[in-house]
Amino acid sequence: MSAVAAILGRELRLAGRTGADALTLVLFFVMVGAVMPFAIGPDRQLLGKLAPGIVWIAAFLSMLLGLDRLFRADEDDGTLLLFRQASIPLEAVVFAKMLAQWLLTALPVLIASPLLAILLSMDMASWGKTLLALLLGTPALTAFGTIGAAVTVGLKRGGLLGPVLMLPLSIPVLIFGVGVLTVMDGSTAPLLFVAALSLVSVAFCPFAAALALRVGSE
Amino acid sequence: MSPEQPPGTPLLTVRDLAISRGGRALFDGLDFTVLPGGLLLLRGPNGAGKSSLLLALAGVLRPAAGTLDWHAEEPPKLHFLGHQSGVKSRLSLLENLSFWRAVNGPSGITPPVALDQVGLGDLGGLDAGYLSAGQTKRLALARLLVTDRKLWLLDEPLAALDAAGDTLVARLIADRLASGGAVIAATHDDLPGATRTLTLGSAT
Repeated sequence: MSAVAAILGRELRLAGRTGADALTLVLFFVMVGAVMPFAIGPDRQLLGKLAPGIVWIAAFLSMLLGLDRLFRADEDDGTLLLFRQASIPLEAVVFAKMLAQWLLTALPVLIASPLLAILLSMDMASWGKTLLALLLGTPALTAFGTIGAAVTVGLKRGGLLGPVLMLPLSIPVLIFGVGVLTVMDGSTAPLLFVAALSLVSVAFCPFAAALALRVGSE
Repeated sequence: MSPEQPPGTPLLTVRDLAISRGGRALFDGLDFTVLPGGLLLLRGPNGAGKSSLLLALAGVLRPAAGTLDWHAEEPPKLHFLGHQSGVKSRLSLLENLSFWRAVNGPSGITPPVALDQVGLGDLGGLDAGYLSAGQTKRLALARLLVTDRKLWLLDEPLAALDAAGDTLVARLIADRLASGGAVIAATHDDLPGATRTLTLGSAT
């Protein structure tokens, strides 16, 4: 357990030292949301209706942005190779890195979401629902992204391939994530479905990503 | 598989090992045994498969044929020291070592003592990014000391090191051998105390 905590702590510490990554991500998230009104036009009602979808897309895109560095730095300096000799299985290493990735890419976006809600003139109720849906849905996005990053880590210029690979997998999360807002009768089914997607993918992803890393290093 | 290993029981027995990379066979029919206290030197020209053999022993590469028998330890717990140091430049020397100690298991000496051993004792708080290539190598060597593991796989352990560094590596290896461990090293230089030398790329 202390090994997982050490990996988690190191990731957060490295991100804290560099600092710029999380900030860039948040800026990107807010800016994607902020340019939407320019593209759609000054129709407040339409904007309010589209807002949850825009928030989801902005969150999704900014999480893609941070994907490549998940395993890349460790691959470049040989850390990934040394993780194979760790006292914990590679799956646990991947799980720790995935957890750190969520904390570093999804959490800042969640925290910055009120800003976007104001820009897009969302009301409190739909912002609350979107936030809840994001909270439940982003672990699945991170998990799929981890698989994408693990598959492409061996490619020197695989920067965009990982996101392209994970995009189709993420569509159900987007559908049900936005669906949380659009159901009329206040049903919690989409929310539960998003939560289920996250649970399954988080449980399954460390094994798939570790397998990809093992095969990739041969 | 008995937990009590009588002295002299090999740590590793390799039988009929073949490795190929990218469809090209590097070598085949390799047999050797690693005994406690043994230093096996791997030699051979560039591209003979020294690093590949070490990676196969480390469980990273799957051999094309043959078996690795680890006797008591399965899966094996060993240290691998390759060309890449696994050092994070934005973390201090002590943070780097403490990290590997936590990940690999705190069974060795403490990070400050390990830094002293490799001659970096005064630099514990420095960011590892400021180290020279030789100092980074010393830091990578210190990683082997903070977790106690019987078998060391060293790929060019003397690369980038100065004369004092060569002596240091020789001393660390001698210590490892004296405490019942074993070392397999791929090198073009001379390491004192070799119990066996395996030359790759000459037979085939």
